[in-house]
Amino acid sequence: MALYSEKVMDHFLHPRNVGTIEDADGVGEVGNAKCGDIMKMYLKIDNDTITDVKFETFGCASAIASSSMATELIKGKPVSEAMKLTNQAVAEALDGLPDYKMHCSVLAQEAIESALADYNEKNSGKI
Amino acid sequence: MKIYADNAATTEMSKAALDTMVYYLTNVYGNPSSLYTIGQKAKEELENARYDIASVLNAEPREIIFTSGGSEADNQALLSAAEIGKKKGKTHIISTTFEHHAVLHSLKRLEKQGFEVTLLPMHENGIVRPEELEAAIREDTCLVTVMAANNEIGTIQPIAEIGRICRDHGVLFHTDAVQAVGHIPIDVKAMNIDLLSASAHKFHGPKGTGFLYARKGVALTNLIEGGAQERGKRAGTENLAGIMSMAAALKETSAAMEKNSEKMSAVRDYLIKGLSEIPHCALNGDAKMRLPGNVNFSFEGIEGESLLILLDQKGISASSGSACTSGALDPSHVLLAIGRIHDVAHGSLRLTIGENATVEEADYIIESVKEIVAHLRSFSPVWRDLTEGKREYILP
Repeated sequence: MALYSEKVMDHFLHPRNVGTIEDADGVGEVGNAKCGDIMKMYLKIDNDTITDVKFETFGCASAIASSSMATELIKGKPVSEAMKLTNQAVAEALDGLPDYKMHCSVLAQEAIESALADYNEKNSGKI
Repeated sequence: MKIYADNAATTEMSKAALDTMVYYLTNVYGNPSSLYTIGQKAKEELENARYDIASVLNAEPREIIFTSGGSEADNQALLSAAEIGKKKGKTHIISTTFEHHAVLHSLKRLEKQGFEVTLLPMHENGIVRPEELEAAIREDTCLVTVMAANNEIGTIQPIAEIGRICRDHGVLFHTDAVQAVGHIPIDVKAMNIDLLSASAHKFHGPKGTGFLYARKGVALTNLIEGGAQERGKRAGTENLAGIMSMAAALKETSAAMEKNSEKMSAVRDYLIKGLSEIPHCALNGDAKMRLPGNVNFSFEGIEGESLLILLDQKGISASSGSACTSGALDPSHVLLAIGRIHDVAHGSLRLTIGENATVEEADYIIESVKEIVAHLRSFSPVWRDLTEGKREYILP
């Protein structure tokens, strides 16, 4: 049995939405190098819709795949929907993660929450 | 290109080992404890294997006990030495922070039973300092256990010096030589080794077979009770085919050791030189006092599991001390022991090449690692912070 699902491997080998957004409306970073995982999310938001999202990740294959999948799940979606993204949704969209890698999907959820909180702060409590 | 560069994890069985195994499985199925001819034939062969293995280490045949592998041998060695110590009222044991878990976890168990354990701190080069070891010996020290060569960073320990010190102080000396036997010369008499553990699958023998050397006069305590096999010290019908195969593998690797060692060291040094060109990386462990096939690097700003999976995509099998590769929270205890902090211990890569490794393969590995490290750094927020001066480099 392979360590990861084909979906995880696909998102790890060909991560979507990699990079940064210069004039991002919200930026969030979670995790720490000591634990071996850091995710950074950049959001561009127009009319309460996530028009663009990019990520940078330091971490294992499932952390990179989780970041990539999370960006796909929220891109083009209303902010209200992105706020509801759960780590289970990220893991399910990847056709599952090994138990001891579930924290990678949690980190992806938290990275998006953190970026949305940053947007909210910059826009004086818009959401 | 397919390159197996994880020979410290396990090795491919040699043709001699495989042929021997199949031969004995097919033709010599007797139980060595049986009295009739086919049983006694098996017994005779078993003793030939014991003789061959003992010869390689300059031991006596009766000093070799066959086990299921290195972990069993480590467990039995430590338990036995502890029992001997206890009888004399000596309950202090000295070891190091970077031993294999078969030793460290056995020590934990002994601690619960009332033994006191001193783990010598490791230095950046990954080599034990004999003078520090000698200073740690007390009146009540019953055992010193230090591995012959480290399984992760490949550093070779001064076991002859340690053996001399232990003998002078009347303390038993055990060495976990799982990574060393068949790879570097070991002479149990010259090195004053009292107990030594080895495992067949690390020198092209089969898995599930190993041995414990116990110097004559060092009484062993059984882990497995039952029949009178192995002079009553390890019950259970002997794994004859596995043992014969192990002996064949050890004879072969030992005969070619000098030649192979020279060849492998050259490829190892070529790999070290090539990988050192990657910015902000460091070789883990001493550059020279290391196993001929071992290369271990930390790369800043990346995580090891990603690196391994991408190397696998390129046909290269390697390993890492990253926590993510084991499901543990902390990275390798060996890398932490030599002072690599978590941030860079996660970004480690161990390549352990085989006897047939070539410079062409090394070129392919170097090129692949360079490409993958650059790729992973290209979207690593840690690397971005480092390059933008928001975070201090740990590795020069």
